[in-house]
Amino acid sequence: MKDTYIFAIESSCDETSASIVKNGSVEIATVVLSQMDIHAEYGGVVPEIASRHHIENVTMVLEEVLEKSNMSMDDIDAIAVTYGPGLIGSLLIGVQVAKTLSLVYNKPLVPVHHIAGHIYANNLVKPMEFPLIALVVSGGHTKLIYMKEDYSFEEIGGTLDDAVGEAYDKVARVLGLPYPGGPMIDKLSLEGQDTYTLPIPLDDNSYNFSFSGLKSAVINLVHNEKQRGNEIRIADLATTFQNRAIDVLTKKTMRALKEYHVKHLIIAGGVSANKILRNRFQELCLENNIELIVPKMKYCTDNAAMIGAAGYYAYKLGRRAGLDLNAKATDSLK
Amino acid sequence: MEFKVTTRSELETIELAQNFESEKFPNMIICLDGELGSGKTVFTKGIANALGITESITSPTFTIIKEYDGELPLYHMDVYRLDGNTDGTGIEEYFTKGGVVVIEWADTIKDILPSERLHIKFKIVDENKRILILTPYGKQYEELCEAVL
Repeated sequence: MKDTYIFAIESSCDETSASIVKNGSVEIATVVLSQMDIHAEYGGVVPEIASRHHIENVTMVLEEVLEKSNMSMDDIDAIAVTYGPGLIGSLLIGVQVAKTLSLVYNKPLVPVHHIAGHIYANNLVKPMEFPLIALVVSGGHTKLIYMKEDYSFEEIGGTLDDAVGEAYDKVARVLGLPYPGGPMIDKLSLEGQDTYTLPIPLDDNSYNFSFSGLKSAVINLVHNEKQRGNEIRIADLATTFQNRAIDVLTKKTMRALKEYHVKHLIIAGGVSANKILRNRFQELCLENNIELIVPKMKYCTDNAAMIGAAGYYAYKLGRRAGLDLNAKATDSLK
Repeated sequence: MEFKVTTRSELETIELAQNFESEKFPNMIICLDGELGSGKTVFTKGIANALGITESITSPTFTIIKEYDGELPLYHMDVYRLDGNTDGTGIEEYFTKGGVVVIEWADTIKDILPSERLHIKFKIVDENKRILILTPYGKQYEELCEAVL
């Protein structure tokens, strides 16, 4: 069978990235230009600044990926692009570039959902097997997705308020830890003890999550301890918080695996870099005879290779966009 | 002029926000201050919900500004991380784009805030109870407070 090459573009937040992926599973070349240093000064991603840098970076990134791959646009079968969700000004740059490439080189244009990309990042590690459950955890998303087959996404649960990454960040702030808070809490929890009392958030029969409540519980606890004149044991509180967050993520995910009779679990998104989370899932999956796939660290953050992987399957299914494709800041996965 | 309101639950904070939304006008600027967990994002949820926005509102900590389409556009900002550094961020442009602007931790960017605006300070009393101190700046916002409170 003839190989299929997807040229992919991702610009949904603060990374400008292009990639060429073969058959949805082999990364030929990827270039990621991160603006992290620029935004670090602001302590967060500033939309206006992000889109300006995407404009500056995008042609360089395109040229470099072609150079690295030793390929030309003639070898490409289709152009895949992240159309959403993300920062609208950032997304628009990638979408506009993809539309232009599609028009100039007369290649089909394939729209890809950002979260589909994060899930398919795992296909670059090992071919995904269906049915599977994907847990997507990042600064902006917490979702449980059931996939019956390739490119079919059923969202069976998600966060009702804050994403898990958001809660980590706010808790770190309350504990006086430096930005970014997530990795700091992960690190502190290696030395702390689970000695505080915090509730497991939204410990019910649904597959939904609520991390805002857990965050509030930490804030109330700190508030009350201070009023009593007690010192906060920061490492212990970080450990307790992280344990409760991971408790609920693992508990609901493992239940979903059973209910849907699924033998494959995928973890995707930025928070999948969290060591304790990875270890806990590893143990639980071993015990329950479930195969766990986690992305390589470099694929945990935003990149176009994952869009190329997802884009291949979207392309095979005949998903196409016209030149009227628009970026969407929010959109459900389907 | 200053108004003091006590809310006894998240729901009461949301209801108050909805009452403000019903008096909305383009370029309405609402500045929110108060420690973490005091109700700033909850208040914003009330505004968003009344604007007919169905997406869930989470605080824009990582992205500083989130935009939503409603009866009027909602521009939701969390400027805590900017630490006063607003150069090149384009924040001022949002004050005149015709939407409703809600700014969490607005005190940290005082220098660039429009002279006419509503300021709300949230104080935590206990787990559920909050005291809100509302200060209108400018005639339009004084009338807004009188209409709502």
